[in-house]
Amino acid sequence: MAWLLVVIKACYFLAALLFILGLKRMSSPRTARDGILWAGVGMLVAVLATFALPDMHNRGLILAAVLIGVAAAWWSGRRVAMTAMPQMVALYNGMGGGAAAAIGAAELFSYAGQAITLLDGGEFTANGAATPGAAQLALAVLGALIGSVSFSGSLIAFAKLQGWLDKRFVFPGQRVVNLLVLAGAVVLGAMIASGQLSIPLIVVFFVLALAFGLMMTLPIGGADMPVVISLYNAFTGLAVAFEGFVLQNEAMIIAGTVVGAAGTLLTQLMAKAMNRSIGNVLFGSFGATGTAAQAIGGSQKPIEASDAAVMMAYAERVVIVPGYGMAVAQAQHKVWEFAKLLIDRGVKVKFAIHPVAGRMPGHMNVLLAEAGVPYDLIADMDDINPEFPNTDVALVIGANDVVNPLAKTDPSSPIYGMPILDVAAAKQVIVVKRGKGTGFAGIENALFYADNARMLYGDGQAAAGQLVSELKTLET
Amino acid sequence: MIDGFLALYIFMLAAFTGYEIIARVPVILHTPLMSGSNFVHGIVLVGAMIALGHAQTTFELVIGFIGVLLGAGNAAGGYVVTERMLEMFKASKPAASKEAK
Repeated sequence: MAWLLVVIKACYFLAALLFILGLKRMSSPRTARDGILWAGVGMLVAVLATFALPDMHNRGLILAAVLIGVAAAWWSGRRVAMTAMPQMVALYNGMGGGAAAAIGAAELFSYAGQAITLLDGGEFTANGAATPGAAQLALAVLGALIGSVSFSGSLIAFAKLQGWLDKRFVFPGQRVVNLLVLAGAVVLGAMIASGQLSIPLIVVFFVLALAFGLMMTLPIGGADMPVVISLYNAFTGLAVAFEGFVLQNEAMIIAGTVVGAAGTLLTQLMAKAMNRSIGNVLFGSFGATGTAAQAIGGSQKPIEASDAAVMMAYAERVVIVPGYGMAVAQAQHKVWEFAKLLIDRGVKVKFAIHPVAGRMPGHMNVLLAEAGVPYDLIADMDDINPEFPNTDVALVIGANDVVNPLAKTDPSSPIYGMPILDVAAAKQVIVVKRGKGTGFAGIENALFYADNARMLYGDGQAAAGQLVSELKTLET
Repeated sequence: MIDGFLALYIFMLAAFTGYEIIARVPVILHTPLMSGSNFVHGIVLVGAMIALGHAQTTFELVIGFIGVLLGAGNAAGGYVVTERMLEMFKASKPAASKEAK
């Protein structure tokens, strides 16, 4: 059977290679599409090879679980709307974390079972997984801890983005309680890793780890979710790598580590785009500063869709700033239709995208790409900001915190220091917004009260539809 | 078998690989890439399969079964979502830019 093991090891090697090449291809727009295909082939090879492992039992059960899991995820992933992608990533990521935690649990409980057999004096034959080494045990515990946190945390992130958990759960002393729960999980984990393999200990360890993921994520506001999901993505990668060490599976080690490192860097890039540290995101209790914010003078001035359409139809340069509101309203197609009508009239239209607009970096790019907006009309924050003073009309659709001038002017504001799109510098600003409420971060937006800003109240899709029809009446 | 130091070397090199892959990526690809790496850690499915394949007690069977379910969900869901995101990068570029001119 030696040759079979060699073939299986070769399959794992091929899988690891395909994962790395696939991710590499995914990091360039031109090759991105077949990158996922390469990685997919790698996954298929690895899974088939695992079925062929010689000392596997319960193959029927494994096949059943794989088929159910794949079918459920495939179905849900296919039918979900593009706008719901962030929470789906969170959900699937949580599943991966849960799987890593389950591997850790299975290993720990089987070690514990063996330990008891030994104490009872029964004969103990070393099968497959013999008595665990110290490093193996420690990594199993560590992987289980990180995987559990990623599992429960990602599920909370999913529920929040799905709109099932609107409130932020904040209570005094929360940080201390969270820290105690974490400390408890770490201490128990250390006890288990040092060889105290008792089943109640392991159970309490998992309960604490899961509770920590829950409690750590609950107080974090929706605006910070992209960073949090990315962090849990890196967590799951690490947990997979650690459990890979325990199972001596090279494909898991390499794929998990690569994702852990890539995810960590991605998290840093996102946090930097919001001008905040990761620690601040996790423990800062965003928006709960309590200090009196600067009073904002003036009032919100409404505008009718017809006036707004005329204003833009006769403008020379229009910059459209999309935000999460556009995603929620599924307005990207209508917005692009409107933009095309403007372009036909000779207006120079550009889309300006803030790095953290939406619920994931690049969220807006993906939606605009879906609607068919060409790349060259989409500008990054650094490129577009100098152009705002020459812009006649800035049309803000469902964006709020990323265009809030308070980030530059009010040191007491929780978003102070975050780089923003400088739309207030445009000659006119039109803001499409559902109501007068504050944004996700719960902060008043000084832009809405500015002298050059007009509010077009309504759902993003409806408002864009009105603008389109008003523009069409101008043509005739 | 992988001994301790060899494991550390693998860990270090793989970590640098992951870092380098992401280091020069345009913002536009951050979301698909996050989704893609989410798919790649679906390899946890392999580990869960091994755990279930070695399970002996009923309790271990249950945990292993849940693990495989979750791992399969991670892999399949991650793939579908990533593929759908990248799908949109296909036609839009050449077709739409022609349209705009």
